[in-house]
Amino acid sequence: MERELRLMKGNEAVAEAAIRAGADGYFGYPITPQSEIIEYLMEANPCVTTGMVVLQAESEVAAINMVYGGAGCGKKVMTTSSSPGISLMQEGITYIAGAELPCLIVNVVRGGPGLGTIQPAQSDYFQAVKGGGHGDYHLIVLAPASVQEMADFVGLGFELAFKYRNPAMILSDGAIGQMMEKVWLSPQKERSKKVPEWATTGKPENRKRNIITSLELDPDRQEAFNQKLVAKYNEIREKEVRLEEYQCEDAEYLLVAYGTSARVCQKAVQLAREQGIKAGLLRPITLFPFPSKRILELSDRIKMALAVEMSAGQMVEDVMLAVNGKVPVYHYGRMGGIVPTPDEVVENLKERIIGG
Amino acid sequence: MTEEILIAGFGGQGVLSMGKIMAYSGMMQDMEVSWMPSYGPEMRGGTANVIVILSSERISSPIIRHFDTAIILNQQSLDKFEQSVKPGGLLIYDSNGIVRHPERKDISIFRIDATEEAAKLQSSKTSNMIVLGGFLKIKPVISMENVIAGLKKSLPERYHKMIPENEISLRRGGEIIREIHKV
Repeated sequence: MERELRLMKGNEAVAEAAIRAGADGYFGYPITPQSEIIEYLMEANPCVTTGMVVLQAESEVAAINMVYGGAGCGKKVMTTSSSPGISLMQEGITYIAGAELPCLIVNVVRGGPGLGTIQPAQSDYFQAVKGGGHGDYHLIVLAPASVQEMADFVGLGFELAFKYRNPAMILSDGAIGQMMEKVWLSPQKERSKKVPEWATTGKPENRKRNIITSLELDPDRQEAFNQKLVAKYNEIREKEVRLEEYQCEDAEYLLVAYGTSARVCQKAVQLAREQGIKAGLLRPITLFPFPSKRILELSDRIKMALAVEMSAGQMVEDVMLAVNGKVPVYHYGRMGGIVPTPDEVVENLKERIIGG
Repeated sequence: MTEEILIAGFGGQGVLSMGKIMAYSGMMQDMEVSWMPSYGPEMRGGTANVIVILSSERISSPIIRHFDTAIILNQQSLDKFEQSVKPGGLLIYDSNGIVRHPERKDISIFRIDATEEAAKLQSSKTSNMIVLGGFLKIKPVISMENVIAGLKKSLPERYHKMIPENEISLRRGGEIIREIHKV
């Protein structure tokens, strides 16, 4: 299969990209605004083409534990859901992180708390980036800003997950999930037949048995394991930061935004520049690891940073930590499923400039 | 070139599919395109709307509140979106079921009686194509060849026999659209 141009919803792109990435299994439970993923996979029925298993679990809790099981067998497995469903999965996610297993989780975020709304939001940033479940762990978090990236990050997410034996998450939102755009799809990859040496698929004579667990009752050993995780997260921080800069070269005012908000801010930068305000946009593509180093570098030559998010202010904390007091950092956000307009962002920026 | 379009009406009037055909057609014409449907409470209440952006450049925000063109197919949507057309912009509406007609003086207003015309053509399912044909007459942002190519791409193979009927409706739309007010 060649690279192919299609017009697709972000959700459909995730599903098609999963098949093409050579995924072994998908386990999920439908929830708006991401039900198209499981619908698409069910209709595509990749079981007969690539042999990929697609299964509707009885709940999100079951789905994430099926992922845990599949990952333990060394398989490329994934699940997708939206905010309330992802909350249900948190126990499974921390166990997978604790067992150091690779998998891909997609959160097409809707507004909260609770059942909230089915409209797009970015209010699950803390949950995705700072933990979500209990214990000291991190997911590798990718934030797509287009349907193209929804497709591309499936392959990338699996790659990083296996490279670091760590769960990866695509943190998207209802707008990118529901919207259709052009997307170039990668050629079909074959499903890997290789069994990783840590997988629990039966013990051969010539090695010790593999154990997958997140339990260690001896505090010294548990701490040693925690230190191993810290070293892994530091390596990820060192090597895997991804970001995009837009008009940052001479920017005096730095907007920081990811996903849908970054799309809005790109337009806001254009509008601001038309009005003579030197604005620029830094778009974190990885939310963990966060592009702190680059933001710190830029803070030497900017007057102010404004974090724009569809939340009450979550990522702004990481921007503040990165800037480390060098320049003022503000937040502008809309909530409840409302996407800010570029004009609103420019107005807010202007107020901050006058106020500052 | 960037054209930001809103299409709004009842579910079943072909609002989302008209938008989809526009997006596919734009893609055939090597444009950047985005198609952002309403999927929330509006949809569950029976009304549907979609924002389509066609552009020669990378599209920034797919969600916007002001439009170059609004294509309105029922009263509720007219009441809701008449004020969302940019000054100097275009509003096209199907008068079927409309009791309060658009009133703005700072935008161009065209009326197209597509529901009525589709009934005459005994082709009620293609009324949205009549509207699209009307729009393309006023703003020829996509060529007719690319619209047909877009139709082929967006319709499943089993419906390809319907394409000639859709083509007739598209052309008919261009003939029957009427100017109410122009800026």
